[in-house]
Amino acid sequence: MQTIAKFETNNPRARAPRLAGWLLLAPMLTWLLLFVIAPMAILFVYSFCRRDDLGRVVHEFTWENYARAFDPIYLNILGRSIGYAAITTLICIAAGFPAAWFIARQPPVMRNRLVMLVMIPFWTSFLIRTYAWITILKEQGLMNGLLHAAGLTAAPVEFLYTPAAVIIGLVYAYLPFMILPIYGSAEKLDFALVEAAYDLGAGPLRVFREIIIPLTRPGIAAGTLLTFVPAIGMFAITDLMGGAKVPMIGNVIQKQFGGARNAPFGAALGVIFTLMFIIAYTLAQRRRSSEQ
Amino acid sequence: MIDIRGITKRFGEITAVDNVHLHIEAGEFITLLGPSGCGKTTLLRVISGFEPPDAGTIHLAGQDVTHHPPYRRSVNQVFQSYALFPHMTVRQNIAFGLRMKKTPAAETAARVDEAIDLVALRGYEHRRPHQLSGGQRQRVALARALVPNPHVLLLDEPLSALDAKLRRQMQLELKRIQKRLGVTFVFVTHDQEEALTMSDRIAVINQGRIEQIGTPGEVYHHPRTAFVADFIGEANLVPATLASRNGASTCVVRLDGGLLLTLKAGQWPDGLRRAHLAIRPEKILISKTLIQEENVFEARVTGEVFQGVIDRLSLECDAGGIRLMAVVANESAIMEAIHEGDRVWCGLHSDDVVVVP
Repeated sequence: MQTIAKFETNNPRARAPRLAGWLLLAPMLTWLLLFVIAPMAILFVYSFCRRDDLGRVVHEFTWENYARAFDPIYLNILGRSIGYAAITTLICIAAGFPAAWFIARQPPVMRNRLVMLVMIPFWTSFLIRTYAWITILKEQGLMNGLLHAAGLTAAPVEFLYTPAAVIIGLVYAYLPFMILPIYGSAEKLDFALVEAAYDLGAGPLRVFREIIIPLTRPGIAAGTLLTFVPAIGMFAITDLMGGAKVPMIGNVIQKQFGGARNAPFGAALGVIFTLMFIIAYTLAQRRRSSEQ
Repeated sequence: MIDIRGITKRFGEITAVDNVHLHIEAGEFITLLGPSGCGKTTLLRVISGFEPPDAGTIHLAGQDVTHHPPYRRSVNQVFQSYALFPHMTVRQNIAFGLRMKKTPAAETAARVDEAIDLVALRGYEHRRPHQLSGGQRQRVALARALVPNPHVLLLDEPLSALDAKLRRQMQLELKRIQKRLGVTFVFVTHDQEEALTMSDRIAVINQGRIEQIGTPGEVYHHPRTAFVADFIGEANLVPATLASRNGASTCVVRLDGGLLLTLKAGQWPDGLRRAHLAIRPEKILISKTLIQEENVFEARVTGEVFQGVIDRLSLECDAGGIRLMAVVANESAIMEAIHEGDRVWCGLHSDDVVVVP
């Protein structure tokens, strides 16, 4: 370890990316600048603008979009979105962790096959998959058919357009994003550590709590980040499977840019949303680095 | 302390451990020695509880533990990779076993301190494993496994990752710690020199079976099989046939190629026609002048390899062109220099020839 550190400081090439490094980064940097930084800058500017009666953006400075964003109506919607996303994330961890652990403990050939299975849903359009869920959950759908055939229900149960349907859709959409990073951590975990803990008298639960969880925490954290944050802003699933009955913050923002023709207000909500995450992420990072 | 009775472990078609019986005394330092893939590590994992045996039982301190999980056996292991918990400090690593046993904090602290002193890691308690050298990690692994006071400590090639000098130092230190604590050590290695240096007894394992159990002296000087003779130390293994028996006292054997050697009558088992002779290279006396020995033959030095302390000589015997390996102490001012191309006399005592079936 020490020799590696020494090697790095002695090697000037390792200190900072030189011209070749920048050239390699250039395509990505260009992409980010054009399609991430620039749109966000535009949104930021919009969020301080007014709209005219036709919904066009008028470049006049105002705070009113932000003032409106803190109206209890929107705070409630944001709170509900966070709640749904939190439940989704917890279910994804509960379902994804055992799956990821199982895959990581297989022989390498099997591992690659199983990882591919996890990724297969990405080969089909997300919307098509969501519509597939609708055919399963709808009143005359597969689920009700099965339940009825099994004699468990007399009349069709309303699955679709309920909070449960939204959660099912969200979990379905984000589960791979939880499984893959946890798998990444679990695969790197040296199984001898688990054996060593058993050997020293730790039962299965203690091993899980003392060894497996701490050592796969980076994967769980990454999975949570990849699941929780997008789940809050998701609007397609809440629209299609929730029937737009319970609006989420994503739906509200989408509507501002669409039907409501109030881009500045939508931009303000977007900026608040983004800032919230930058702050939360920074705090979490700081806590983690202080732990170490 | 440990009673291994008829343990068999198969992996699919392969029988890794084949009906092994082994009794290990309390306080003993026993080494399971064998080439890689011989089943020694599997046997160790059966003792620790990580591999359930297909047949046989393990008794530990009088109790049948065959079906106990690893965390309910008073056996601790030092892993080949050390398997130190990367998210814990040295101190937390060493204290882990006591914490799992819910030992009171004050006692834990005292025993951990004692262990830290035992392995000379004072000052490193608050480091993480990645901040330690290989030798230091090894000591942490040892302390961590010793601190719960196990009946038996299992060591799976713990020194294989260390460089030669550090390894020799750790060999002596392990032996010292084992003597001091009186804990039973079961040590797995493929390094015969390591086994000879440290063990009270060595169990030589080949293809899942124990070939021979004995003190280092016994297995070295009196190997019972060709495998043991070849694996422990070095040996010239020469196929031979019984030529004649001269009454009750001696017999003459003919090495394939033609050289005749006189052995004691009892050395050649009755009823056996062919066998191997195992001759240790250092037991062949070599001189440029005629020597008086039980067996004397002439040879030519066809090769010479300088190895520091010793010179390794290739000999070609005049009788039948048999090739033997011999070693001589490297020449000094008072010793006769022997070099490639020299004609020499070789002397061999019958007691230094081992007949292996």
